[in-house]
Amino acid sequence: MTGVVTAVLFAMLAITGIAVTRMRDLFAAVMLAGIYSLVSAGLFVVMDAVDVAFTEAAVGAGISTVLMLGALALVGHKEAEPKRRPVLPLFVVVLTGGILVYGTSQIPPFGAPDNPAHLHVAPYYLEESDHDMGHIPNVVTSVLASYRGYDTMGETAVIFTAMVGVLLLLARGPLPRRVFHQGEWITVRPGTTREELEATLHEGDTEEAHDG
Amino acid sequence: MSGMLGMVNYWAVIVLMMVGFYTLIARGNLVKKLIGLNIFQTAVIMMYVSFGKITGATAPILIQSGDHGGGGAEHVVYSNPIPHVLMLTAIVVGVATLSVGLSLVVRINEAYGTVDEDEINRKDNGL
Repeated sequence: MTGVVTAVLFAMLAITGIAVTRMRDLFAAVMLAGIYSLVSAGLFVVMDAVDVAFTEAAVGAGISTVLMLGALALVGHKEAEPKRRPVLPLFVVVLTGGILVYGTSQIPPFGAPDNPAHLHVAPYYLEESDHDMGHIPNVVTSVLASYRGYDTMGETAVIFTAMVGVLLLLARGPLPRRVFHQGEWITVRPGTTREELEATLHEGDTEEAHDG
Repeated sequence: MSGMLGMVNYWAVIVLMMVGFYTLIARGNLVKKLIGLNIFQTAVIMMYVSFGKITGATAPILIQSGDHGGGGAEHVVYSNPIPHVLMLTAIVVGVATLSVGLSLVVRINEAYGTVDEDEINRKDNGL
């Protein structure tokens, strides 16, 4: 039964993913990416990762979608038609996929209880966290916040760095923009209206005519 | 037979990963590339969560004696919690990456007036 649910969810994910790739309207593509995240959250529940599932549903389907919509509001939502056939990308993708499938021949089978991953510290966490952490039932919480608390601290440092990066990139106000006109770059100060810009460009044209 | 069945899950994840990878390298629009990166990243997370799954096990939340059905608490098998913890971190870091990427796209749009890769190359080469 679990197998059927997993297969249906994987099929839905594949269809959504391919639709995202083919979609020319970026607004629709972002919405489909949100649906993709939500379906993958369902898949995580089937694979017992409930904490990952609700984080993916909240962060992947929620915050990511909002961030992308915010960016689309600034850059526009139409994608240009591709000019050439994607032969090389297809070749690279099929080759990479083939190598990865070949690599799975060395991976322990899915779901076996004696896989190496389950034999190291995981049994300790499952057996001792109830005693160590004072009866917190969720082992993921215990590991995240205490046994591997330094990982979480590092994650916070990464988020802080990302925030600094975003602020440096965006919080400087509008910057001088460069416009490409008749074979050369022209710097336009922020706050220039369209009429002023056109006047400047035409001025340049007449000067060129004088030079000629 | 069980060997084949045990690999199908990983192969499905690899297919999703390659869909994201294709979007990342074949599409010219920078926002579309970031969406592809997100799909790729979700597939990597699925791969790790697959490693933590044990057939017939339950989520790693301890069943206590007070819970209903708690009588058999000694015989419950839990899935591996470590991949889940690592992937929680990965999801949040992924959003941080996405936000930096999107701000770069917004700045590129301010500087070039376009977010299409071919267009940007054309302007860079002054053609």
